[in-house]
Amino acid sequence: MISNMKKLKKQPELRDYADDIKQCVKCGTCHAYCPIFDQEKREPLVARGKVTLAQALLNGEVDIDERFMENLSKCLLCGTCCDKCPNLVPVDEIVMASRREIAKRKGLTLFGTGLSTTLKSPALMKLMLWLGKTFSWLVFRKVPEKSGLRLRFPAPYIKRDRTIPKIASKSFREQYPEFISGEKDKPQVVFFTGCMVNFMYPHIGDAAIRALKLLGMNIHIPKEQGCCGVPALSSGDGATVDELTRRNFNALSGLEADYIVTVCASCNAGLRGNLEKTGEEGKALAAKVIDIHRFLVDQGIGEKLADLPPAEARIRVTYHDPCHLRNQGITREPRAILQALPGVEFVEMKNADQCCGLGGTFSVYHYDMSRKIGAKKAAEIAKTTTRLVATACPGCMMQILDSINHAGLNQQVCHVLELLASELEKARTGK
Amino acid sequence: MLDKRIIKCFENIVGRGNVSTEKADLVCYSFDATQQRCLAEAVVHAHSAEEVSRILRLANEEKFPVYPRGAGSGFSGGSIPTQGGIALVLQGMDKILRIDEENMVAEVEPGVVTEKFQEAVEEKGLFYPPDPASLKFSTLGGNVAECAGGPRCVKYGVTRDYILGLEVVTPTGDIIRTGGQTMKGVVGYDLTRLMVGSEGTLGVITRIIIKLIPLPPAKKTMLIIFDSIRGASRAVSQIILGKIIPTTLEFMDSTSIDVVRNATDLVIPDEAKAILVVEVDGEEELLEIQARKILDIVAPFGVVEARVARDKAEAEDIWKLRRSISPSLRQVNPNKFNEDICVPRSKIPDMILELERISKDVGVPIINFGHAGDGNIHVNVMVDCSVPGEEEKVDRALEEIFKATLALGGTLSGEHGIGITKAPFLGMELNDPTIMYMRTIKKALDPNNILNPGKIFSASGQV
Repeated sequence: MISNMKKLKKQPELRDYADDIKQCVKCGTCHAYCPIFDQEKREPLVARGKVTLAQALLNGEVDIDERFMENLSKCLLCGTCCDKCPNLVPVDEIVMASRREIAKRKGLTLFGTGLSTTLKSPALMKLMLWLGKTFSWLVFRKVPEKSGLRLRFPAPYIKRDRTIPKIASKSFREQYPEFISGEKDKPQVVFFTGCMVNFMYPHIGDAAIRALKLLGMNIHIPKEQGCCGVPALSSGDGATVDELTRRNFNALSGLEADYIVTVCASCNAGLRGNLEKTGEEGKALAAKVIDIHRFLVDQGIGEKLADLPPAEARIRVTYHDPCHLRNQGITREPRAILQALPGVEFVEMKNADQCCGLGGTFSVYHYDMSRKIGAKKAAEIAKTTTRLVATACPGCMMQILDSINHAGLNQQVCHVLELLASELEKARTGK
Repeated sequence: MLDKRIIKCFENIVGRGNVSTEKADLVCYSFDATQQRCLAEAVVHAHSAEEVSRILRLANEEKFPVYPRGAGSGFSGGSIPTQGGIALVLQGMDKILRIDEENMVAEVEPGVVTEKFQEAVEEKGLFYPPDPASLKFSTLGGNVAECAGGPRCVKYGVTRDYILGLEVVTPTGDIIRTGGQTMKGVVGYDLTRLMVGSEGTLGVITRIIIKLIPLPPAKKTMLIIFDSIRGASRAVSQIILGKIIPTTLEFMDSTSIDVVRNATDLVIPDEAKAILVVEVDGEEELLEIQARKILDIVAPFGVVEARVARDKAEAEDIWKLRRSISPSLRQVNPNKFNEDICVPRSKIPDMILELERISKDVGVPIINFGHAGDGNIHVNVMVDCSVPGEEEKVDRALEEIFKATLALGGTLSGEHGIGITKAPFLGMELNDPTIMYMRTIKKALDPNNILNPGKIFSASGQV
């Protein structure tokens, strides 16, 4: 493939953001929206503090010492401040560039190294898979069995036992061919699975395929696609981001696809954001990346769902906005799908748009803080008294499940697509 | 100056996690919204009056400056640690202690964010009107220290009008209580009023007793577009003359309109040279009449178009337009010198003429918007400081602006305070004996000049 030869641009340096940094007028608006500041009330943890630190680093006013790294590590990269900033300062980009600067000067921190290496190397990832299967009780928090809970949703897609992400015995991409043909005049769609769906939540992938098939799409699932790069971005590993982006560029650019569909909000932001920075061709490819909820709504899934038979009983469902969709203004579409499902009674929760507290590597470094933010989310979920919390990002699913378990709630967490698929299944089998 | 022994004392008072001398922390407490920067030697987070008291006693023994800080969102440099020492952060004191519906009084700690407080009282049908533009993040303690205002002050008055009593740690470390929770009270000097607006120079506020009023049941928002700034400013005077006090009466000049055209979904006609945003509140059935009356009054002054918001969303669109100005100003020039002069309401047309003249004479863009209803104009001198000669132009423009303001019977600052940014101009408004009277108070209460030194009076910090 010719594109193998292509020289792609690398991730920008911190100094490339000097003008953006100047745009911050220190007004303090970020105080009102930062989930971490809300908990800790400390200036180094909020956007304008971090932007000032980035500026001080560029000016040579501060050195990269332990406290500097700690302050820069305390960011969820949720992007809420960027949305609300009167001057639209790209704080998340500045924080990520600062972390790359740290890695450049000080080397990757221990955790960053481990994660980056794993995601970059399929062999290591396989090893992790094996380790995960064998030692999942060590790796992942055990969930208390809730015997009182019986979900009546008659579907193969919501497996109530499956409340924590275990490593799947067979990854999603191993289960499917690289191409599933659809109707002739329908678009060519690449399904970018992301790691969590591929390795932990393959049933979300199944649900996505089912929805895409319903609309007659021609589906490509290239085996060569890899990690979107978000965890590496978050840990400041610029070289890995560049490598992963190159790999995805090569896997995706040759397919002449009309759309590249994602089911994970973070993959959507990561894949698109990274491709955009690689140059003109990357930008063109990035423009094809679309969240599956928006895609399905645009392609008229509403009409198909309107044909579904009425449900005998409806289950109450609320929705959590993943940051990486909310930042792009994708808030209406997942709700529209939920509201169109006959078996769902949609209930809006307060502060649905607030970060769940996962923040990629943040929750690994700062689990206590992450838990506090998650507890706020759990409290809002509890108030809805719904049975289910649907969301559109496997990362959020994992965090919300953890928060719910800590709060001792009875709710279950699922992906919007799982509900969609289970409704389709119900209609098919008539049960 | 702060040796290890003193840092150890801080740790004993507030706990280790609440003290930092790390550069990467100090940098984050070096600024406020003026964007000027000075490094403290330590950041100390206090959580009670007792802690503040012990810190201030230590400061007097060891002679280091103490800079109290709320959200650090001030516009005059009031919280910037200009002479080292410590930044004393009160943001962690963020409890609403009580909301007393029977007496319509609330008691709070200083770190409570203004909007959070407003939401809490509004849930009970009560109302705390002061609404500085920073209300989503600024703290009540900071609002009291600066006597913050906001658009609604036309009708409801400023922060000062809602403060019944305070707990204050004096510069020498005593804990005193001023005022109380009764609607009336004349026992001794009115220290509450002395403290409100004292910019953190006379004491550290650790508790605030606030007067509340009933929440108005409804409001109506109007956008009135004029073909000239003079027409708009005369319309403001006529509304007041008509014995109508709207809740808010905000204006935008033609450059303000130009910079926000992109930030709004509202269609603004090309002939728009000035905009008034008018809001009235009260009983639903009276609002229609009031709105009609206002529209009739302004009609002769070149109204291009008048819109009355039909619902909350439309009202929000109008407010978004007004709020977008300040952050959008960078489009004109990178550096903004933001003054908040205040003139008698009837003098607004004259002041606008003066500002046009000064802009032309000095050759710098001056953008004006703000609270026309109470004569408080946000005057923004926009320059590019990287261009040689521009800074001198700013100095000239500011001096001219202040002169004109005072000549019209106005004041240098309506709501931002003097801090460091306006300190050089203090003598233009206050005569020597007045300044001496103030300094005498400061000196008597803070003999070692440790509390927020360098603010209000002079950059040198000498009392």
